[in-house]
Amino acid sequence: MAKEEEELPAILVLASSFGIDIKSQNPPKYRFLEAFSSPIPLLQFLQQQQTLPPSVRAIICNALKPVTADVIRSLPSLGLIVTASVGTDHIDLTECRSRRIQVVNIGGLFTADVADMAVALFIDVLFKISAGDRFARNWGLSKPLGFPFGSKLGGKRVGIIGLGRIGGEVAKRLEAFDCIIKYHSRNKNPSVSYTFYSNVVDLASNSDVLVLCCPLTEQTRQIINKEVMLALGKDGIIINVGRGALIDEKELVQCLVKGEIRGAGLDVFEDEPNVPKELFPLDNVVLSPHAAALTLDGFKDSCDYVTKSLDTFFSIKPQVSKTKLACD
Amino acid sequence: MGSISILLVGKVLPYLEQELDKRYNLFRAIDPSQRAAVLRDHASSIRAVVASSSGGPDAALIEALPKLEIVSSFSVGVDRIDLQKCKEKGVRVTNTPDVLTDEVADLTIGLILAVLRRICECDRYVRSGNWKKGDYKLTTKFSGKTLGILGLGRIGAAVAKRAEGFDCSICYYSRNEKPDSKYKYYPSVVELASNCDVLVVACPLTPETHHIINREVINALGPKGVLINIGRGKHVDEPELVSALLEGRLGGAGLDVFEKEPHVPEELFGLENVVLLPHVGSATVETRTAMADLVLDNLEAHFLGKPLLTPLV
Repeated sequence: MAKEEEELPAILVLASSFGIDIKSQNPPKYRFLEAFSSPIPLLQFLQQQQTLPPSVRAIICNALKPVTADVIRSLPSLGLIVTASVGTDHIDLTECRSRRIQVVNIGGLFTADVADMAVALFIDVLFKISAGDRFARNWGLSKPLGFPFGSKLGGKRVGIIGLGRIGGEVAKRLEAFDCIIKYHSRNKNPSVSYTFYSNVVDLASNSDVLVLCCPLTEQTRQIINKEVMLALGKDGIIINVGRGALIDEKELVQCLVKGEIRGAGLDVFEDEPNVPKELFPLDNVVLSPHAAALTLDGFKDSCDYVTKSLDTFFSIKPQVSKTKLACD
Repeated sequence: MGSISILLVGKVLPYLEQELDKRYNLFRAIDPSQRAAVLRDHASSIRAVVASSSGGPDAALIEALPKLEIVSSFSVGVDRIDLQKCKEKGVRVTNTPDVLTDEVADLTIGLILAVLRRICECDRYVRSGNWKKGDYKLTTKFSGKTLGILGLGRIGAAVAKRAEGFDCSICYYSRNEKPDSKYKYYPSVVELASNCDVLVVACPLTPETHHIINREVINALGPKGVLINIGRGKHVDEPELVSALLEGRLGGAGLDVFEKEPHVPEELFGLENVVLLPHVGSATVETRTAMADLVLDNLEAHFLGKPLLTPLV
């Protein structure tokens, strides 16, 4: 390795979508260590890269891979974790707090993309678009009008769980389809006219679809349980663009297989990338590989933001940086 | 009314066929090969024809039915019906506007999202087990894009209203500029295609709009552009569309209709930037039932001497 290169700050990259663009800086300011596709343990990987663990002071990641306590403990000088996501549940925040590591999220950049995905999944489940595309590719169009019918959006009661930025953008989009918006949140929002439900079961009883847009916390873990799903009923649909663990996944699979709910559009799962195989033969589910935030536009914006975060961090002397926890 | 003879020439919702059977003396010639036999035995008694997007009375059939008074179509598009001949012969024609507007507009947005965000491909990626090998790739954002609407009628306007919820800019081409519209007008389809990211075909099929999406328009839409057809297959020069997609001259397509339904060009099956649907626009239970009721109500009104609900001719 050239001496100049050796002196550049080493950044550990755990997110596959950042590989290319960030590296094309001129002159280079950082040395990016792309560990995301490496199957070998971290310390071995760093050795291969001729990098001593104490020289890694920053990590770039996204919601698709966890940043565990083990990883953090391997890097004694780690001071910054930038996650290209709004969620931070994939990072061991307790470990970060005790080590005074700054965690920066990029909430806001992907809001529209995630909201778009929620609507896309909803329309797909209602109109069976993915099922129809599979059907057309397998059998052409020669089947008669017996193809399973869909159901339009107008008049549907949409129950949003978590009326934050993403939930708000989902609401705005679905209002243009003449849906009726209701929501459940930690607190009622006085500036919106949508009907508030303090109880999720009540919301489910009064909704045709539940859209999950809230963060994963101890309070929201399995907020969608069997009781909620039965209250939603046989015509009900669940759309999840939050986190897999917001739903009791085993119960969800049973409800879908037995027809206790009408269908589901799922971008997230309890144990990604593992998805319950029982869902694969179903035409009333649409499955997506945690792709709600994976757009080119969002990626460009987040590269800029990540670069700025790194620049700010490295221009500040280590003793001066404060602990800053990610917030929405 | 059980003695009134009606001829069914297109595929319709089973509920409609059952009701027609109950209320009238119903004959069927959905398959063109059935036509000759039906005409031979019943041509002189048939007073009404029920058509759909899959079949309607051409000039020859209209001529062959001397007692024909009304054609009621289970569709909003009437390109299968020889309207000129109907006018000449004083035959009334009804269709099913409005009841399917919202649903077709809903599906249009769903198709756009499915193509841009690769929803069907995402679903295949998960079901095939490929997600275990690596994360999915980056797709194209929909919010904020420019939507070009070809035909700013009921359906086009409903699509525009929904797209505005995604902060899209809307532009359009129509036979005539609409002075009350807040959207940007382009005087030609090529200009519209050059200036939008997604082009939606939402106009009726007429001799003027046949193959309105041709090579020039497709090239103007370009390698990042997406074509959405929820009109009629014949709006698009299909071989041109296929070669443009295969060569990368067009970014993607969402198609609910095809030139020679039920035939779908097989070259499209291997493409991940297309979404193919078996003509499901208006396929919701609520809408198809409402359409069926409109057909029945128009027929009933006619035979009772009352005003037609949704006459075209």
